[in-house]
Amino acid sequence: MTPRPTGADVAASPRGAAGAADRPDRSAAPARPSGGGRRRSSSRLSARTRTRLEIAFFTGPALVLLGLFIVVPVLQAVRYSVFDWNGLGPLDDFVGLDNYARALGDTVFTGAVVNNFVIIALSIAIQLPLGLAIALLLNRDIRGRGFLRVVIFMPYVLAEVVAGVVWVLLLQPNGLVDAVVEGVGLGGLTQLWLGDPDIALGTVMVVLTWKYLGLAVILFLAGLQGVPEDVYEAAQLDGASWWQVQRRVTIPLLGPTIRTWGFLSMIGSLQLFDMVWILTGGGPANSTVTMAIYLINQGTERGLYGYASAVAVLLFVISLVLAVLYQTFVLRRDNEVAPKPRRAAR
Amino acid sequence: MLAALLHRSTTTKDMHPMARNRALTAVALLATATALTACGGGDSGGGDADGSTLTWWHNSNTDPGKAYYEQVAADFEAANPGTTIEISALAHEDMLTRLDAAFQTGDTPDVYMERGGGELADHVEAGLTMDLSDELPETIETVGSSVNGWQIDGRTYALPFSVGVVGFWYNTDLFEQAGITEPPQTMEELDAAVQALKDAGIQPISVGAGDKWPAAHYWYYTALRECGQDVLEDAVTSLDFSDPCFVAAGEDLQELVETEPFNEGFLATPAQQGPASASGLLATEQVAMELAGHWEPGVMQGLTEDNEGLGEKTGWFPFPTVAGGAGDPEAALGGGDAWACAADAPPVCVDFLDHLLSDEVQTGFAERDMGLPTNPAANDAVSDPALADLLEYRDSAPYVQLYFDTAFGENVGGAMNDEIALLFAGQASPQDVVDAVQAAAGTA
Repeated sequence: MTPRPTGADVAASPRGAAGAADRPDRSAAPARPSGGGRRRSSSRLSARTRTRLEIAFFTGPALVLLGLFIVVPVLQAVRYSVFDWNGLGPLDDFVGLDNYARALGDTVFTGAVVNNFVIIALSIAIQLPLGLAIALLLNRDIRGRGFLRVVIFMPYVLAEVVAGVVWVLLLQPNGLVDAVVEGVGLGGLTQLWLGDPDIALGTVMVVLTWKYLGLAVILFLAGLQGVPEDVYEAAQLDGASWWQVQRRVTIPLLGPTIRTWGFLSMIGSLQLFDMVWILTGGGPANSTVTMAIYLINQGTERGLYGYASAVAVLLFVISLVLAVLYQTFVLRRDNEVAPKPRRAAR
Repeated sequence: MLAALLHRSTTTKDMHPMARNRALTAVALLATATALTACGGGDSGGGDADGSTLTWWHNSNTDPGKAYYEQVAADFEAANPGTTIEISALAHEDMLTRLDAAFQTGDTPDVYMERGGGELADHVEAGLTMDLSDELPETIETVGSSVNGWQIDGRTYALPFSVGVVGFWYNTDLFEQAGITEPPQTMEELDAAVQALKDAGIQPISVGAGDKWPAAHYWYYTALRECGQDVLEDAVTSLDFSDPCFVAAGEDLQELVETEPFNEGFLATPAQQGPASASGLLATEQVAMELAGHWEPGVMQGLTEDNEGLGEKTGWFPFPTVAGGAGDPEAALGGGDAWACAADAPPVCVDFLDHLLSDEVQTGFAERDMGLPTNPAANDAVSDPALADLLEYRDSAPYVQLYFDTAFGENVGGAMNDEIALLFAGQASPQDVVDAVQAAAGTA
């Protein structure tokens, strides 16, 4: 056993000596900023210009791209949307808001809007609890954790088209899914998974869940890394069970991540196109048509570029309104993580 | 996502189905390279050569068609010194997508494929397609009535090089097993055949209603049987479908659908993609028959491992007649592809079209089973027996009605196909089909 040092030992220790030696340094420190300040003031103007140039230099290319490929097309779409135009020849048949009226009066389009909202609701209702459960599970120290994480994330990495084609093959009548269902003695439950208007949307939801659950899990896992250890320790010291820790500590601290994921999920669901296009093409009998699919059908398939532009503008507006609402009411707290002092004083 | 678009954008029927592999062609590159070398080599020679270059887009991107067209172009270049032909042999879907883009920018290839009807009318109205009427009167004469689908107000804008007709392809073995000795000639006989096949445990008919147009072909044919030629011709120009025969056509079809003759899950079945497609089901003997065009044997060959399709068991019969219909019972539904020149193509383009429709080139085209030639001089060269039968039927038909969706253009045609697919799903009535078409055409 090492003998504890006495008071005299501590005073004579190197640490004490080092502490004393620091002092002169510290006292010299205030001199430095004044020198620097002089230099800065002499070149203040050019420094400001330089900062501006730097900002322009670094954001310029991005702004040009943004303008060219996002702002201009959006404005063009707005322009096209008030014409009856088949994509060929000049824009000369001005129809005002007729295209919008026609879209809102078309049951296939309104059906598509409903489908999009159903997909948003179901995506969040299914993937949130499931993703959270899997993330919490995979955050524990279990055997094969890395492997399981890869397995869960794999579908998200696959290209939509590839995954879609594979699912089409699995789900076709007398395909593998039917064979498995029959193999476990549930032959009566086989369905026309993609061919029956009543269940096709459900089938699509299952595939979408399989495809995008990985994103939720990976985001939640990343969020879990950001929850500090000491909070867990404190909870454990207070005698909280594993469940209590998850419910009272982990999930609330995961809030910002969950809300951000919800935003991504919502926007993704609104613009959903590729997976559904491959699986069903919006069919059968328009039962799985989404706004984006309706847009492509009317535009590139039917050549109604003016009308399709109006649909695109509607899709844009719906997305924008939902995004702003979500930002305002759900993400507001997260955006104010570091409140300014004067607000805190109020 | 682009691939996804290509995958689905099938209003197409007339395709070389095996030619699905993406191929932007070494040939085109090679041709360009050669052209560049030639230009760099020396501009001193060439006499009357004005250095005309023709760009030519076609969809025969697999052999023997691809090599044949290279030869055809080389022959033309040899006979017309100074003319260079730059070929782009594209996969069919790829070609359609690029053509759409080309039409929108006005930067069209000099020689390209036109499917006729409303699509052509749009191109002509936009001033993109050359009027051939005064340039090639003799060739137009040779092609005969097949050229109708590519004429607007009596002017000819493209020359069809392959025109086929739609009918039932069937498996002779399965018909025999079900005890059907003669192919059905009337709707009643078709119903009886369907019942006999069902009794024998065979799925009677496959239809790719997922792609919509294969389902729509049924309605086109019942309309062809119910409506007189004058009514149809009138409808194509006026887009007025108020004649009661169009509702009757839907009722005939509804009766057929109600007998449940179609393959399991037909609402989601694709036309030609994969073994579970309508063509695949016929090729793999899962169903007894399918309504399809002249491309069917080729499609089926591509969908079987031995590349034989149904082989010897392949049979064909025309769409049955409808009792009491005002239409000609021999009238055929069909369509095809035609060569057109862009409005701004060099004058030599016309000579090249003439060359493409010549006895010699059409004969070579027929010998390689690339399609059904429109130049009668090539008829004897069609070697495939099934295609030869079909050609005979086409030539004996009083008239060949262009596919309605092509004839009416993609907007009205698309609305029509969508509504007919809903009728197959039991979600639209015969009147709904007419209403939807009228609404899209603005003639309601």
